[in-house]
Amino acid sequence: MAAVQETVEQVRSIDVDQYKYGFETQIESEKAPKGLSEEVIRFISAKKEEPEWMLEWRLDAYRRWLNMSEPTWARVDFPQIDFQDLYYYAAPKKFKAPKSLDEVDPEILKTYEKLGIPLREQEILAGVEVPEGERPKIAVDAVFDSVSVATTFKEELKAAGVIFMPISEALREHPDLVKKYLGSVVPTTDNFYATLNSAVFSDGSFVYIPPGVRCPMELSTYFRINEKNTGQFERTLIIADAGSYVSYLEGCTAPQRDENQLHAAVVELVVLDDAEIKYSTVQNWYPGDAEGKGGIYNFVTKRGDCRGKNSKISWTQVETGSAITWKYPSCVLRGEGSSGEFYSIAISNGRQQVDSGTKMIHLGKNTTSRIISKGISAGRSNNTYRGLVSAHKKALGARNFTNCDSLLIGDQCGAHTVPYIEAKNPKAQFEHEATTSKISEDMLFYCMQRGLSQEDAVALVVNGFVRDVLQQLPMEFAVEAQKLISISLEGSVG
Amino acid sequence: MTPLLEIRDLHAEIAGGRKIINGMNLTINPGEVHAIMGPNGAGKSTLSYVLSGKPGYEVTGGEVIFRGVNLLELSPDERAAQGLFLCFQYPLEIPGVSNMAFLHTAANSQRKQRGEPELTSPELVRKVRELGKKLGIDTDMLKRPVNVGFSGGEKKRNETLQMMLLEPYLSILDEADSGLDIDALKVVSNGVNLMRSPERSMLVITHYQRLLDYIVPDVVHVFAAGRIVHTGGKELALELEATGYAQYQNEAA
Repeated sequence: MAAVQETVEQVRSIDVDQYKYGFETQIESEKAPKGLSEEVIRFISAKKEEPEWMLEWRLDAYRRWLNMSEPTWARVDFPQIDFQDLYYYAAPKKFKAPKSLDEVDPEILKTYEKLGIPLREQEILAGVEVPEGERPKIAVDAVFDSVSVATTFKEELKAAGVIFMPISEALREHPDLVKKYLGSVVPTTDNFYATLNSAVFSDGSFVYIPPGVRCPMELSTYFRINEKNTGQFERTLIIADAGSYVSYLEGCTAPQRDENQLHAAVVELVVLDDAEIKYSTVQNWYPGDAEGKGGIYNFVTKRGDCRGKNSKISWTQVETGSAITWKYPSCVLRGEGSSGEFYSIAISNGRQQVDSGTKMIHLGKNTTSRIISKGISAGRSNNTYRGLVSAHKKALGARNFTNCDSLLIGDQCGAHTVPYIEAKNPKAQFEHEATTSKISEDMLFYCMQRGLSQEDAVALVVNGFVRDVLQQLPMEFAVEAQKLISISLEGSVG
Repeated sequence: MTPLLEIRDLHAEIAGGRKIINGMNLTINPGEVHAIMGPNGAGKSTLSYVLSGKPGYEVTGGEVIFRGVNLLELSPDERAAQGLFLCFQYPLEIPGVSNMAFLHTAANSQRKQRGEPELTSPELVRKVRELGKKLGIDTDMLKRPVNVGFSGGEKKRNETLQMMLLEPYLSILDEADSGLDIDALKVVSNGVNLMRSPERSMLVITHYQRLLDYIVPDVVHVFAAGRIVHTGGKELALELEATGYAQYQNEAA
């Protein structure tokens, strides 16, 4: 109940049409030359002091990319992107991988402070009066434009055997692990944007949880695009070895700009026998203004491979930002008895376009998956759920449950549901439920007659609508998500 | 005595459509319980919507003064904060929002608007549980989403709970007895009677005399063709039960 109250207060305290993370940080940055070429890729690879095989891997992806074309099947509409008019690498100037937080540019730390990210371990540790265990510990890796600027709690994680570091650093310190798993879930040939990412990715997080280890804290990466005309291409690779568990959180924001910025990330998850990864995202890239000017193009490939027996992947996402979202966090259920989950809240307002969903690919016996998707469209936005559930011939006893609900606010938005279901064996059981509803005037009037303002009434009804999914988020994120939901729906009624 | 509610020559219609309220006058003093009885389609429910400010109805003439302010200028939530409560004939369901959370949000929204201190969670929970006991509402019903899967009787008890928590000056009960069995009817009327006080008033809208056995009115009005055509004491309800509304309908036409 406090959470609802909080949402209500949040709405009240913020002006309509205000993207709170829209500030820009003034720091000098070093960029690769504009445009994309083998030289630029060599430049990035050299900057990262990468091994030779990595450069070859990138170049191979680049050459393939040159022969690929952009996918056009999504229900989104935007002008052709000029890929030669972008910067593919931007790093804060004088950037030398910092040894400790004290070496990080204070301007950058200030940025993260503004975002409310507790980068400074001291701040967390300073809470001495808080009894042990009550304040959740979260280790943060912060990615600023193309480079990772700080990772916290390194020592404590190291003691547990957990590797959590920028992927560029992992390439130097744990090249064998990276080489073994990189591209094993999302191959360089996968799709236009993933291939582009493989060629030019600049940084991202690398996580390895050794066998039998339950990661002692939540891991989190915060992405921030700051530079103008810069694409952000981060690459995240998470490996949960046999019997291990990790919960990983991802958050993103960007300054408010008139031009569109490109974000094409790749996330790969590998889960071995009896291991579990819980991956949560709160995506709040700048969505553009009310008329659709500016905003992030978010073209992201996220996929997890349940490689081991009884392994599990759970994706939870709250998508409120970006001008265009093209994103389908998926699970390949390869190991016998493995399971995949996808919980999603996708909110679109203004002129936002969302085409998002998931793929549950059942390959192994007795694999199970569950999809709960809540789409909310307001303003003049379009919100599409696109999903695939498939069972391979050998996936006997595969089961899926899908529940896909859309809520419309106003009469100028659209909600679309495009489910694909393929069962190649007769022993698979798939269930699909879908509803589309409109926030009714009667419901709002009922709330208002009890004393709620119109905006509070909308927030209350929407929070009720997404409750099943919010409950899946780690507590800290759930509060943030709830605030975001009400902020993104401001001015959506009346 | 300053009236609590004064309706003067009120005219209203469904937006862009039919005229429903047609020159209505009514004065309710603090502490009084008024019953409005009338045939189906007389505009009784419309009256409750117009007073509470439901969108889709247009006031084309007259005025409504409630506690000294022009009620028609206020938004529905402002009217609620002023102390006007509508007990819905068909309460709405709000999936995913727990009953307790809804009560908390409603009570504090009103308090905030009035500049009063908000209730803390423990204060509210205590209060709601106390009231719940009087209405046979258990903890489980408070955890469930608002009205979702509630029986007709549970919904009406829930409306009564909201009313008792929000402590309005004027409660409009729109067909409070519809869908109730005799036991539920007793529980609901008992709750309403507990609310009676020298500063609180009720406007009870009903077809049947039955409800008025339990909530005994001070004044009974006959409502036909969009206005009050006859007014009497509580015995008028019994008379109507015997004679029906036909004579008044002719009178109104």
